[in-house]
Amino acid sequence: MTDILSARYIHAAAQAERREPFVVPAPTRATRLTPARLPAGLRLLGPIVVIAIWEAASRLGLISPSTLTAPSTALVTGYQMLADGSLLPHLLASAFRAYTGLFLGVVVGVALALASGLTRSGEALIDGLIQIKRAIPTLALIPLVIIWLGIGEAMKIFLIFTAVLVPVYINTHAALRGIDIGHIELARTLGLTRSEFIRKVALPGALPGFFVSLRLAVALCWTALVVLELINTQTGIGYLMNRARDWGQTDIIVVGILIYAALGLVSDAVVRLIEARVLSYRRSLGS
Amino acid sequence: MTFHRPLPSSVVLRDLSRGFKGKTVLDRISLEIPHGRFVALLGESGSGKTTLLRALAGLDEDAETHGHFSVPDNVSVLFQDSRLLPWMSVIDNITLGLRRPDAQAAALDMLAAVGLADKAEAWPATLSGGQKQRASLARSLLREPALLLADEPFGALDALTRMRMHALLFQLVERQKPTVILVTHDVDEALLLSDRILVLKDGRIAEDHAIGLPHPRRAHQPEFATLRQTLLRSLGVEVDNV
Ligand SMILES: Nc1ncnc2c1ncn2[C@@H]1O[C@H](COP(=O)(O)OP(=O)(O)O)[C@@H](O)[C@H]1O
Ligand SMILES: [Mg+2]
Repeated sequence: MTDILSARYIHAAAQAERREPFVVPAPTRATRLTPARLPAGLRLLGPIVVIAIWEAASRLGLISPSTLTAPSTALVTGYQMLADGSLLPHLLASAFRAYTGLFLGVVVGVALALASGLTRSGEALIDGLIQIKRAIPTLALIPLVIIWLGIGEAMKIFLIFTAVLVPVYINTHAALRGIDIGHIELARTLGLTRSEFIRKVALPGALPGFFVSLRLAVALCWTALVVLELINTQTGIGYLMNRARDWGQTDIIVVGILIYAALGLVSDAVVRLIEARVLSYRRSLGS
Repeated sequence: MTFHRPLPSSVVLRDLSRGFKGKTVLDRISLEIPHGRFVALLGESGSGKTTLLRALAGLDEDAETHGHFSVPDNVSVLFQDSRLLPWMSVIDNITLGLRRPDAQAAALDMLAAVGLADKAEAWPATLSGGQKQRASLARSLLREPALLLADEPFGALDALTRMRMHALLFQLVERQKPTVILVTHDVDEALLLSDRILVLKDGRIAEDHAIGLPHPRRAHQPEFATLRQTLLRSLGVEVDNV
């Protein structure tokens, strides 16, 4: 696209030099204050460049396989693990933990945000607690939760749940509290009941904030999982990576990293797709 | 002996005062508006027009208010910004909170009357400014209000759109005959539409003009021009050559 534009510009400039009487100058583009929307797929340019450099460096022997495996080797390893069935159980174990924690965190986070955003007693009871939880890093809770729940699945799911809960609550609550005062006045002059107000004004108005929180939560559940799977497990992507470290298998470690990245991106894309459907009434910038 | 009992007026204010944080904005205003009258409320910016209208609409409860006022039960407010909910279609917006069994059919009729028949299912974000205000007008009139309170509803529209909105508002109000209080800073708008013009100054009603001109009114009519000069002058505009 840039090529076409610059070619046209050069063409016009050449014409201008010949001083033809009716030369139309190349269209000057209006100043854009926000960048134009990227064509689909162009977003992948950066990652592809990085992977190409990485691959080239590996092939040229600049990076030794014991430090970091080449992406192509990792892909082959990943394919083999998928083919011989040694990957899938771990993938499923990880996905189960992440999505169970995510689901619980979103449901409870939204429920608490509603209770706290729509009632005074709810706010008095809940908001302070969540703000305190927010100040405590999830990882700092690990020792205590291990004592309570052991080192099994319950501990992992519980910690993902608490990690997800906070951003879901904070953003949804803020969206509910930040409702447009003009909409409240409108609801009053239209004589809406409280339940009509909640269903038709407050909740739809808070949906964009909820989706922001959902995207944070989806990213967070995988992040939390990585750390938790380093703690005494026999299944999961994190376990595979940890074991590969003991054996110096950097290709498996890279496979694990790629899987985490892919799951994070796919999850985010799914949420964005749903968001675009649900919030289709907005004419938004960018994404 | 005849026992004469006048019909109660639509809007009655008795020494209504309202202020914010100790600063008086409305100062003991008394006013009666009979049913079905179209009253325009003029005044310089900051003279308290919005404050008066919002008081009648039951908004700003935290303001310091003294005196009394009474308005009909069925009041509808037309805001300057159309306040359509962006997540609802136009028809869902205008039927919001409407409690009558034939809401959908009545809404479609009303949308047709304001020229938005083909926009019933559209999102508000896809409407122009004038279309949004027409939808907002449809939402108000669909409630068949006894009192319509309009705060500079056409203030943000371009001149041509505003003229069309004047005609539309006049026609619909003629049909339903609600009492109307229209806040405006546009003297011509007030003169074109209203039966009575009030000028608010220093928190009081400084002038009260009955406008007897027949409709449709034209700005070049001599009476119109005379009133226009008077009103502009009382709003502090020098009008030697206007
Ligand atoms: N909610 C409020 N809090 C404090 N002051 C207010 C409030 N609303 C209006 N005022 C003040 O009251 C005065 C009249 O305002 P307003 O009624 O909006 O005037 P108008 O609509 O005639 O331009 C202004 O000085 C304004 O600053
Ligand atoms: Mg005002």
